[in-house]
Amino acid sequence: MRFTINGSKREADPDIRASLLDVLREEFALTGTKKGCDHGQCGACTVLVNGRRINACLTLAVMHQDDDILTIEGLGSSDTLHPMQQAFVRHDGYQCGYCTPGQICSAVGMLDEVAKGWPSHVTDDLSAPVLNDAEISERMSGNLCRCSAYPTIVDAIREVHEA
Amino acid sequence: MSDVAMDAPYRPAALDRAEQGLLGKPIDRYEGPLKVSGAAPYAFEQAPEGTAYLAIVTAAIGRGRVTGIDAAAAEAMPGVLKVIHGDPRMPAGEGNSRAMPTMGGDEIFHYGQGIALVVAETQEVAREAARRVTVHYDEQPGRFDAAEVEVQQDHKLGFLPPVNRGDLDAALAQAEVVLDRTFTTPIHFPAALEPHATLAWWEGEQLTVRSSNQVIGGAKGTIATALGIDKDRVRVLAPYVGGGFGGKTGVGQEAVFAAIAAERVGRPVKVALTRRQTAYMVHHRSPTTQRLRIGCDRDGRIGAMGHESVAYQNDDSAFLEPVPFGTLPLYAGEARRFRTDLARIDLPATGAVRAPGEAIGTFAVECAMDELAEQLGLDPIELRRRNEPTRDPTSGKRFTTRRLLDCYDEGARRFGWDKRESTPGSRREGEWLIGMGMAAALRGNFTVNAEAEVILGADGRATVKTDMTDIGTGTYTILAQTVGEMLGLPISAIDVVIGDTDLPPSAGSGGSFGAGSACAAAALACEDILTELALRMNAAADDLRLKDGAVTAGGRTSPLADLVRDRPITARGKTSPGKESQATSQASHGAQFAEVAVSAITGEVRVRRMLGVFDIGRVLNEKTARNQIVGGMVWGLAYALTEDAVVDPRNGRFVNPDFGEYHVAVSADVPRIEAHFIEEIDDSANPAGAKGVGELGIAGSGAAVVNAIHNATGVRIYDMPVTLDKLLSSLPPV
Repeated sequence: MRFTINGSKREADPDIRASLLDVLREEFALTGTKKGCDHGQCGACTVLVNGRRINACLTLAVMHQDDDILTIEGLGSSDTLHPMQQAFVRHDGYQCGYCTPGQICSAVGMLDEVAKGWPSHVTDDLSAPVLNDAEISERMSGNLCRCSAYPTIVDAIREVHEA
Repeated sequence: MSDVAMDAPYRPAALDRAEQGLLGKPIDRYEGPLKVSGAAPYAFEQAPEGTAYLAIVTAAIGRGRVTGIDAAAAEAMPGVLKVIHGDPRMPAGEGNSRAMPTMGGDEIFHYGQGIALVVAETQEVAREAARRVTVHYDEQPGRFDAAEVEVQQDHKLGFLPPVNRGDLDAALAQAEVVLDRTFTTPIHFPAALEPHATLAWWEGEQLTVRSSNQVIGGAKGTIATALGIDKDRVRVLAPYVGGGFGGKTGVGQEAVFAAIAAERVGRPVKVALTRRQTAYMVHHRSPTTQRLRIGCDRDGRIGAMGHESVAYQNDDSAFLEPVPFGTLPLYAGEARRFRTDLARIDLPATGAVRAPGEAIGTFAVECAMDELAEQLGLDPIELRRRNEPTRDPTSGKRFTTRRLLDCYDEGARRFGWDKRESTPGSRREGEWLIGMGMAAALRGNFTVNAEAEVILGADGRATVKTDMTDIGTGTYTILAQTVGEMLGLPISAIDVVIGDTDLPPSAGSGGSFGAGSACAAAALACEDILTELALRMNAAADDLRLKDGAVTAGGRTSPLADLVRDRPITARGKTSPGKESQATSQASHGAQFAEVAVSAITGEVRVRRMLGVFDIGRVLNEKTARNQIVGGMVWGLAYALTEDAVVDPRNGRFVNPDFGEYHVAVSADVPRIEAHFIEEIDDSANPAGAKGVGELGIAGSGAAVVNAIHNATGVRIYDMPVTLDKLLSSLPPV
């Protein structure tokens, strides 16, 4: 099978039972994408597939022929951080770091959804969502942080959005 | 080696003279870029070539014996390397330096106990093969219902013996006002986001284990004991740990299983528990029943305080939740009784989860104090002020730093406590009933052994080494800050090497003692380096001025690198408890405030804001300390409102063993939260002067929320968490 992962063409012959998450981690050694629950309940495995955020644990790798997959490693490396990664460092939007790649991928995908005008459960004006803190929290509630760095995660995302 | 036992207060003089201005500053995490880019390796990751996968077969009954295991179908699957069961080294549960589980038996203590291992070439094969292992059981009746099991008063479990001072019953009988309430708290899962995982490999006789573990020095010995080998043959690595919260303080079954499997197949083996397995193979916080009795006069001066509880444990484990630990030094009162009775139950082990004792004990004492204040017609802060002791009311020992009254005052001022309506249910905004609540926070401080090595290298860079872990606590960063402060170096000139048992032994991450002890050891090592630098400068150590990699003494300034040249300086520091630790009562303190809105229609509770003011001794890094405190406050919020693991009393299974049904807080639950510090360096705590942070935030924060719910609605709930169903029937008419 062929995938485009972080801009590079990659090939693999995945087990038909393997999730996209396990193939990313175990086959391609892209271990920045984390496994927290393997059931779509925690969001630690969030990656961007064709620009949309998904839980990589809830989808089989064999469903992604020719898909464009962006993981945390493709967003930025430790010496060339993406603005969202920088904001998480600056605002201390993490503690143990395990949910962090998923939070960051999710935040990037979420800002794109807002830019496209997609409303959420807490949107007042469905035709023109305004990204206040309640919107950020609502839209990021699929990403658990057991260290509970939620306030600083919101700070980081707000800053990137306003920049 | 600079070896300081805390026989008397101690503070390195160089910390007071320091000019680098690093310690305490809100600098970004040392390892931040690695974490945000996904490059920080956790236990399961970056495994060597040829690593095999381990899946664990778990017990499908709640109590009984394994009578046979049929592995033929699993063994026949392509890709299966081995099915392992009946190995005498396989533990029935979690071990630690004090207690080992039953080894190599066939007894099932609880549902979900690991009983057989499948090792395979891939994760998919291992998982499927594990399902094909057939286990035969002799199932026995189990004790699964907490309401039905027998309570033992006479037991030896736990580190907290019963306290009996004076005659509590007589004092209560004579008291003008008595409050007698019984609270219950449910099972809480630690639920670190990184599931317990271990990678193990053997090189000849030598075992290396990379494990998600908080206390690797202890784990090394525990793993060696489990395997029946010498401790020197085990090395444990934990460079990054994806949260612990107490759940990773011991050695879980999976770590020993991985070591056994790696030996049996002759290859590296790795395993990660599935999320549901973490509910069963990782300890949880015991549910409790807590009877709180307070007797006082009409002015609210307490003369009698009783905090008597029941906590649970299975037959294979030795821990007992120290429920009243935080109540012991909190309020005055001559007659005192504190005890925790034991009930044996056939469930997974209970153990230390973030702030064992305080996290749930404060619900009882702080909600009771709120109710007592209401009965007396006193402001809740005023009642606490009238009962602020001058010495530890239980042990009689003197306090070290205790800024609890200041925390109340500053918190009340910042929060706007004067705007609280003292009559419950009197503030309303449309559908929403609004209320404010507060509670005291207290977490006992521990002084422990810790060592660190600091090397000042030829390039003028410093390296600090200790076997500490960073479980999100900021260890990397605060060690760098401590060394930079002591040696006058910027963070960029410091390397931090931790998470490896080949390094000097630390206390590990647990009990909120890690930061203070590790930084103390590092500071002490730096003191020796300063002594050597002074010799090389031909100056007195007290005269050295260090900043930005240069040292000045007697009018001369020299780059550190020039002083070191080809003679690197290596020094070791050690800190340990001493007479001062024994003679004093030490704790971190705080005041917690919460404002809630309760829907008069649905009973839904929204926490609108939280604020806390805390006394944690020296603040080592304002940014990481605040984040950790706020995280603890969020735990309290979730304990007050949602976290509740439910047991099926028919079979000992959890009804909600994953994040889908066990509700930890999510972003939408969490309001703006403020945390402020009143900093007073505690020279009796340790040479760094820092008291515990990680567990303090959870103490009292849930009680503040529950008290705010009462202030909003007039309803008091004694059974945590306060869910809609418990509130709804008592709410005032819409």
